Amino acid sequence: MKILKDLFFIVTLPVLLLVAWVIWSSQSSSFFVPDWGQMTNAFSNVWTWNRIQSDLLPSVGRLFIGIVLSIVIGIIGGLLIGSFRWLRQLLEPTLEFFRAIPPTVLIPVMMLLIGIGDDMKVAVIVLGAVWPILLNTIEGVRSMDEVLSDTSHTYGITGFALVRYLILPSALPQIMAGVRQSLSIALILMVISEMFASSAGLGYLIVQFQRSFAIPEMWSGIVVLGLIGVILSFIFQAVERVLLKWYHGQRELENAA
Amino acid sequence: MTEKPSPGGEEQDVHRLHRLESSASGRKADRYPAGYKSAGLDISTRPDPGAPFGSVAQAGATGRKTATGPARAVRRKRRGWKSRLLGAVGILGFLMIWELMPILGIVNARFMPPASEAIVDLFRNFGLTLFWVAVWDTLKAWLIGMLIAVSAAAILGFIIGSSPFLKKFTNSTIEFMRPVPSVALIPLAVLLLGIGIESALLLIVYACFWQVLIQVLYGVADVDTVAMNTARSYGLGPIARLRYVVFPTALPYLMTGVRLAAAVALILAITAQLIIGSPGLGAEIAKAQSGGAYVSMYSLVLATGILGVLINLVMRVVERQLLSWHTSVRSEVVN
Repeated sequence: MKILKDLFFIVTLPVLLLVAWVIWSSQSSSFFVPDWGQMTNAFSNVWTWNRIQSDLLPSVGRLFIGIVLSIVIGIIGGLLIGSFRWLRQLLEPTLEFFRAIPPTVLIPVMMLLIGIGDDMKVAVIVLGAVWPILLNTIEGVRSMDEVLSDTSHTYGITGFALVRYLILPSALPQIMAGVRQSLSIALILMVISEMFASSAGLGYLIVQFQRSFAIPEMWSGIVVLGLIGVILSFIFQAVERVLLKWYHGQRELENAA
Repeated sequence: MTEKPSPGGEEQDVHRLHRLESSASGRKADRYPAGYKSAGLDISTRPDPGAPFGSVAQAGATGRKTATGPARAVRRKRRGWKSRLLGAVGILGFLMIWELMPILGIVNARFMPPASEAIVDLFRNFGLTLFWVAVWDTLKAWLIGMLIAVSAAAILGFIIGSSPFLKKFTNSTIEFMRPVPSVALIPLAVLLLGIGIESALLLIVYACFWQVLIQVLYGVADVDTVAMNTARSYGLGPIARLRYVVFPTALPYLMTGVRLAAAVALILAITAQLIIGSPGLGAEIAKAQSGGAYVSMYSLVLATGILGVLINLVMRVVERQLLSWHTSVRSEVVN
């Protein structure tokens, strides 16, 4: 019974919205609002396996590489900068400034410096997405529990073991908060970098459809892009649940006390 | 909302409490165990203005954790002239590297002019009306977009948040719409609204709306049941309860959302100008790039960065002013 009730709450509003769209679009003669038939047609025409291979997968691949590089660079850099106070004081204002630059304005700059290939797109993604992870890691390392770190010192834990068993776990909740922000920046930059200078990719495709007034096809691209965002967010939540299980458990205990 | 707000934030609160316990006994905070929750009166209920776990990441670019409360005061004291000097040295060092790279021929000087040229150009821009018009256009899109998004999200958030049924009913849709990147709407905006400020507004409002809505929902959910029941037994009507119980509890959350949204709005304003060409700094950058005026392109990029820093600063000040009654802000003054 409870499951049914949950299902009702999850499904009802999306279904209602969908039905509203189907009815409205079949009545409306607006050029910009495709109806059910046009949309399903567009979907099966546009998203063939060939198209997926030539446009969708490379985009997702670049996004993936960009995210992984941002995470690696952000965490390593953050651990380094966070561990030395002079380094943090030296770099903090500069990093703050870089973070304040809207990441999309770096696309023209990167086009000049690297060209318009895949490197440029990955570089743009990394340059935009690395800051939240980097700054959150620094903050996470900085705000480490002093009792824990004193204890580790007393027990003579140093080097790799210190990073692995003390610093990383205690900074992890903050790092994950940073990663979450980075994911959507990375997605935005993937799309924008393809809109700028490209002959393939999801962003390019959507703009191309828009310029040739292929409205249902354009909508199908927008929907696919939205789905990528949603899937990315679900993957993140699953990973986070595994990685931070201990943390959420601890929070619950503390809140219950 | 099944997620808990801000893991990082709450963890920091725990640290803060640890620090408080060790440094200053007899203060209010150490009478409470870590994670203590009460009607928005205790430090640990203060949502961390940083990156609340549930907030959309796009917040991103800027949603850095700002430590509030005692931690910040402690840090500020620590951050003396020495740290400022080091910071200045860091910026100078960065500018030196930038200056030297083209001179030493590591990068093509045409594509990356030395820092000095860009900075001189930036100062020349400060004297040009055209530059200030572009800045104003950007700020106008930012401001109008923020106003629409924040008021819509606040009103809807209070309505949805105060009804458990509505909250459950809309949850799946909100969770689904939230991660959809607003740039997906660019082609639609161009077709429907053309290349004026309206397109930029559509993107800004879409992105910021979810940001603020989620925060307001958290805030309304955080209302203390005892406070609410007390208000009820004193015969406060629905509107009075909203004004005196729900609103003060949710305000810090709302402000967090607004501050994160402010940064997102700037990013999207400039992105829209860059891609669609609605007037503003972004459009100027696109023009400079396609016209080969690379020095002025770099100076405009610097200008957007400065604008971003200024907006962050202003939002922090506004937040402190509006929440000056809140324990987390007051305790800084006590320190």
